[in-house]
Amino acid sequence: MTARKQYRMLGIYAFLVTSLALPDAAYAMHIMEGFLPRQWCLLWIIITLPFFIIGLRSIRRTVTLNPRLKMLLAFAGAFAFALSALKIPSVTGSCSHPTGVGLGAILFGPAAMSVLGSIVLIFQALLLAHGGITTIGANAFSMAVVGPFIAYGVYKGAMRLNLPRWLAVFGAAMLGNLTTYITTSLQLALAFPDVNGGIALSFAKFTTIFAFTQVPLAISEGLLTLLIFNLIYTYSKDDLIQLSVIPQEVSTHEQESV
Amino acid sequence: MSKNQFNYVNLLLIMLVVLITVFPLVYVKGADFGGADGKAQEAIIELHPEYKPWFNNIWETPSGEVESLLFTLQGAMGAGFVCYYLGYLRGKKSQKECKPDAPN
Repeated sequence: MTARKQYRMLGIYAFLVTSLALPDAAYAMHIMEGFLPRQWCLLWIIITLPFFIIGLRSIRRTVTLNPRLKMLLAFAGAFAFALSALKIPSVTGSCSHPTGVGLGAILFGPAAMSVLGSIVLIFQALLLAHGGITTIGANAFSMAVVGPFIAYGVYKGAMRLNLPRWLAVFGAAMLGNLTTYITTSLQLALAFPDVNGGIALSFAKFTTIFAFTQVPLAISEGLLTLLIFNLIYTYSKDDLIQLSVIPQEVSTHEQESV
Repeated sequence: MSKNQFNYVNLLLIMLVVLITVFPLVYVKGADFGGADGKAQEAIIELHPEYKPWFNNIWETPSGEVESLLFTLQGAMGAGFVCYYLGYLRGKKSQKECKPDAPN
């Protein structure tokens, strides 16, 4: 119950922060090292930190409740790790990569993914010079906070609306990916407003350059997440029930329709 | 859904991902397929030519080869654990089906 309350509060918090300005389009990849002014770096770290801390608590709670789920948690982390290593060509002629955080958000809730996603980002920033340590707060906010929260919200919302489960999983991962990159372009637009047109024009510029890069990748991520979800469903349905991902009593018909 | 049908669905998902990935390589002519973050860098410089990055990466990979090594390592470690766990789940399930009384 307390966990749900915390998620709700975090959700409102995330909504307030992101609703500063939110048009519609997509963008690609993380913000590069040094390419965000100091005050923004600091601000995003401060905004992201509470999610990270609540995520640590959420993970501890899950693992204490059922130590067996540790493996599944590592599995969700490994999935994000593998997927964010894949730079995939897109229709715009440039490359970007999936985030892989949607699966973990569906399984363990969004806060847990704030921790796992941040770990992936730190690895990439330190070892691969991809993203950066100064921009870690901003990148973690887009990929490890907004993405997972949207994915979780879409999954739960779709299940409440009785939409088919495959659509819920696919939509959650796809929209989690898209909103990550919308957030990134918003972060860049806020830090680099257009001299004449302000933040809105700058946001439009950042998004239109990359508008279509992320869409096919988001679809791919949705499909891959669905594939992995299907496999977990086939082999380890008990874990999904325990994590309240699927309801306790599933009719035979519903079992078959995933 | 029978087991065979299920595998068919998963196979279809994999094929779709491959199709989506290969499509731009075949149909987008003259593209360099560079990283989208590099283009973001250009956009920032265009918007604010006076902006100077104030921090550099602590460690840059010495070459494209080393970078691809690390990316491969990242992908392989992730995929390695993902497949290990799926195999573990599968084995556990088939064992449970053989011995229905066995604990979880």
